[in-house]
Amino acid sequence: MTGSPQRSAECEISFNVNGHATSLQIHAMERLLDVLRHELGLTGTKEGCGEGECGSCSVLMDGLLVNSCLIPALQANGASIVTIEGLTADSSAKGLQQAFLKCGAAQCGICTPGMILAAFHLLSKKPQPSVDEIREGLAGNLCRCTGYMQIVEAVAEVARSGAAR
Amino acid sequence: MKNSNIVGASVPRLEGRDKISGQARYVDDMKLPEMLYGATVRSRIARGTVREINFGSEINWEEFVIVGPADIPGRNCIALIDDDQPCLADGVVNHPEEPLLLLAHPDRHLLAKAVEAITVEYDSLPAIFNIQESETLAQVIWGVDNTFKTYLIEKGDVDAVWERADYVVEGEYTTGAQEQLYIENNGMVAQFDAEKGVTVWGSLQCPYYIHKALMKLCGLPADKVRVVQMETGGAFGGKEEYPSMIAAHAALLAIKSGKPVKIIYDRMEDMTATTKRHPSRTRHRTAVSRSGKILGGEIEFTIDGGAYKTLSPVVLSRGAIHAGGAYYWPNVRIRAKAVATNMPPHGAFRGFGAPQSLFALERHMDRIAEAVGISALEIRRQNFLKTGQTTTTEQVVHEEIDLDKLLDRALKLSDYHAKKEKFAADNQQNGGKKGIGIAAFLHGAGFTGSGERFLGSEVGVEVRADGGVRVLVSSTEFGQGTKTVLCQIVAETLGLRYEDVEIAQPDTQEVPNSGPTVASRTVMVVGKLVQSAAIGIRETLKASGKIGDSYSAEEFRAACQAYVEKNGTFRSIAKYEQPEDVIWDEEKYRGSAYAAFAWAVYVAEVTVDPVTYSASVDDFVALQEVGKVLHPTLAKGQIIGGVVQGIGFALYEKVIWENGRMQNGQMTNYIIPTSADLRSIRVHFEELGNVHGAYGAKGIGELPMDGPAPAVVNAIADALGIPFDSVPLLPEDIFDALGDGTAREDVFSSPREPGGRENDDRIAAA
Amino acid sequence: MRAQPAEYELVAPGSLPAVLALLAAAPGRWLPIAGGTDVMVQYSAGKLPARKLVSIWNLPELRRIENLADEIQIGAGCTYTDLRECEVINREFGLLSAAAGWTGGIANQNRGTIGGNIVNGSPAADSLPALLVYEAELLLVSVKGERRVHYSSFHTDYRKTQLAPDELIRAICVKKRFSEYYAHARKVGARNAQAISKICLAALGRIAKGVVEDIRLAMGSVATVPLRLCETESVLKGKRIDRALLRLARAAAAAEIRPIDDIRSTARYRAGVTGNLVAEFLERLSAGGTKSE
Repeated sequence: MTGSPQRSAECEISFNVNGHATSLQIHAMERLLDVLRHELGLTGTKEGCGEGECGSCSVLMDGLLVNSCLIPALQANGASIVTIEGLTADSSAKGLQQAFLKCGAAQCGICTPGMILAAFHLLSKKPQPSVDEIREGLAGNLCRCTGYMQIVEAVAEVARSGAAR
Repeated sequence: MKNSNIVGASVPRLEGRDKISGQARYVDDMKLPEMLYGATVRSRIARGTVREINFGSEINWEEFVIVGPADIPGRNCIALIDDDQPCLADGVVNHPEEPLLLLAHPDRHLLAKAVEAITVEYDSLPAIFNIQESETLAQVIWGVDNTFKTYLIEKGDVDAVWERADYVVEGEYTTGAQEQLYIENNGMVAQFDAEKGVTVWGSLQCPYYIHKALMKLCGLPADKVRVVQMETGGAFGGKEEYPSMIAAHAALLAIKSGKPVKIIYDRMEDMTATTKRHPSRTRHRTAVSRSGKILGGEIEFTIDGGAYKTLSPVVLSRGAIHAGGAYYWPNVRIRAKAVATNMPPHGAFRGFGAPQSLFALERHMDRIAEAVGISALEIRRQNFLKTGQTTTTEQVVHEEIDLDKLLDRALKLSDYHAKKEKFAADNQQNGGKKGIGIAAFLHGAGFTGSGERFLGSEVGVEVRADGGVRVLVSSTEFGQGTKTVLCQIVAETLGLRYEDVEIAQPDTQEVPNSGPTVASRTVMVVGKLVQSAAIGIRETLKASGKIGDSYSAEEFRAACQAYVEKNGTFRSIAKYEQPEDVIWDEEKYRGSAYAAFAWAVYVAEVTVDPVTYSASVDDFVALQEVGKVLHPTLAKGQIIGGVVQGIGFALYEKVIWENGRMQNGQMTNYIIPTSADLRSIRVHFEELGNVHGAYGAKGIGELPMDGPAPAVVNAIADALGIPFDSVPLLPEDIFDALGDGTAREDVFSSPREPGGRENDDRIAAA
Repeated sequence: MRAQPAEYELVAPGSLPAVLALLAAAPGRWLPIAGGTDVMVQYSAGKLPARKLVSIWNLPELRRIENLADEIQIGAGCTYTDLRECEVINREFGLLSAAAGWTGGIANQNRGTIGGNIVNGSPAADSLPALLVYEAELLLVSVKGERRVHYSSFHTDYRKTQLAPDELIRAICVKKRFSEYYAHARKVGARNAQAISKICLAALGRIAKGVVEDIRLAMGSVATVPLRLCETESVLKGKRIDRALLRLARAAAAAEIRPIDDIRSTARYRAGVTGNLVAEFLERLSAGGTKSE
């Protein structure tokens, strides 16, 4: 084998995932999405496009909604990550999740984790968003099944009742 | 004792909990010990022969499992209608992205690099890329004349109508390819051992299609092939046939390596290599009376099937049968054909030919109205099918459908008349042009003609040892709520609680073949079979004296338990039988094409922006008659989702082709609507019942795909006063159609000077 | 994912001086990556030529907004969300916060940076026309020190800038002298959110008694670089806004731009819509619309 590029060393990443301190040896340019899914077995976060367009890979990083397919592992060092598993485990999005069920906001479910993360993030910044603000807040999460109306309805219902939790 | 709170109620979805918690397991969430990852080496040319394949020296090929055509144990084909599509191209290439070789390796990161390291030298041949090129026969790439299939539907005496026509209206309408864009990419995991045979798990709609394909490919008997559906993240027809190809690839790698193999496509591969909606061209020539009555017509419906036959004959069939729509044609000739081009084969996508032919028809109706000098409403009222009349295939409409009334209701819901008047006035002013358009249509549920009889679907309902009830079908859930609705039906039928019924995950080892999950047949056809099977359970228990005519859920459970204890497994099978009144002549292509039609009128309100020429849908009313709504929230979700896909088909989604390859195979460049693009979609139902469907339900999965594109384009034509006969209709197309600068400005100009009449004084004063 | 993580090196020195030292030691070898919303897309597609990257994400020196007496200095590492949430930017530089709101969805706004947008150098970038009309200046920094350049000459060709191989943008400076201007911006994309621009306009204008006192027009996606329409501006300055002027403006703009056919749109559409965008701005300016839209 000639001319093979140099392999970089792995580095240690320490971060907090869903409330648990975690350390791994990983290549710095491994995508956070892959770290979550493959290294940590947190498969609730999905890959839909790999280009930061569909939002299925959305997680919270230090409280902010981000597309984990666009984050190199090294940049997550020291960060606090929350995934759909974390929101489910501590019931912080229970109201949202119930509303999604009730309103038909999840059909095939593949966009749903990212959508719930995005809705959760929106409500954390704007507890009483208008319908337009909801639409804007979710515009980075593509859904092919629902046509969005019932998703917006679910988030609006949670906002009205003031019960994201 | 009947519990009537189940069917017709929005019960909690069985599948729902896992989806909202991130616990639902899709194929890429699955890992097996020692699993390898697989990838596909694909053709870069559209047509030609393979001269040489070179394996680059930068890769250590010893580490890889490599599969070529010679490794195929059985027949090198993906069995479907014909066997013309190879699993791996063997020296001859007929479309870009055609699979050539397969690779597997434990390190998933290395695969993309390995694929790039393989260079193929071709001897190219001239290729054809659209219907017109195919028709010239300058290149014959399939069969003797590039034609996969033709149909001829004839009714009455078309040739005699022209001389008595007051108007003869012609039009040509085209639709482009459309990508299904399920948010979960295609994927499969396969495993092989000599004893159990091949097992595949995957994202799929039709486990038994894959089962059949793998048997032939691997040369294995039925009990040595097992197909299991994982949670599937959207399908829309895009996972009807192509998963058989991916399963075949994964299976071959698993057989050769002796290890489990996972193949997951990334978005670009999925978009460029897998199926899309068939592009179409429809030509109408219609004889019309002075009052606007259709005397007869000729319809030529042509679809581009891509390089291999796959499902094109069936898409063609449905498109041809729907080409006459919801109207009475006393005389008609429909000539339909599916032609070959050097594109990746086109395939199933929600609607399956009907969105194409109905787009043409509903645009054509507006054109006829204009020629005759009557309104878009009046032309339809003159020609709506009525109870007792026959369709283009001479199917008698038995049910008491009143399309006039359906139209009236749609107009009321959309405030059509007031809006039309207001828009006409507002359009005189500066600013966006507003328009309102309608589409009236139908959609046949279930397989066409003798299709259901040919399928011979079978379902089971089984009693568990603990007395619970389990539904056994191969019908898959991929967002539409299959599991929920089938369990609702069984629970209601047996008088149980909804929670008492469960359903097996589709696994060909566990469930009978209830047919593919397509053609809007699941609730209607499979649901009715499931109901029969459930009744079989109940009657058996009654016959054995374990329950009486009325019973509680607890009594039923106890009876089941006792029965199983005494007799062992208790399973009731129901098999499809064609209803006697559904008679179809496959030769003449005439008769009852579908057991039931759902009917709809859609109304779209649009604004065309004067600066950007983009059309936006401001309000949309979707009114449909669906037999019975079994689950209101799910049904509404189906309609809204389908409407948005239809709006995408009309205004946003364009596949950009170059030499047969999709150039915009990324979500950044293939545009579907976001939540910020849609304002208001209002869904309403009517219920006439349906003797052929469970609890009177008709299929609704595909219906909403048929109406939006023509309704929206009719609205844009209304707004701008010029016709548009093609989708997708992008702002660039509207811009081009408006002509040069002056002509374009005239459409949007107003008498008002810049600064505004009302502002002149203010500025002068300042 | 079409890249092998093992073939890439990414380091995060953690401070601006440390990053600059690395860049100076091997100019052109290390590709700075901030939020990654451009770099990581190329990487995942297997199309990133660079193999060594240095993270400049969240460096405190790059992520502050200084509100000085006569100008604000926006750290190049500020995200679009930072811009949208900054009170002085919303108040005095509305075109920037508007553009920040157009870029991607919320998740990408939380990571994409204004510096990244500039250095990436795509003529379709949403924020760049706003920087042109605000006549921004850039503070470029290296181990050798700092220099201040006019943003107007920063882009030299398609995806090429004046940035030296050992330099980073430290801040974007915009003078606070536009509060009396009527500000208007419009982006034309394929959909209402998450759309790469087909074309976009940022504009500032001041009229008195119906006559144009000052006008600034800049556009994206009509040339190989973001374009200030200087010739069109000179046609408009000092003139009364009437129907004839609109026609002149359309013609001047059409002559000044160099649109192309590409995967997103056509040259003729871009040319036609340019005229409409300019005319729309002039009509609103003339109608005495509110300062920011």
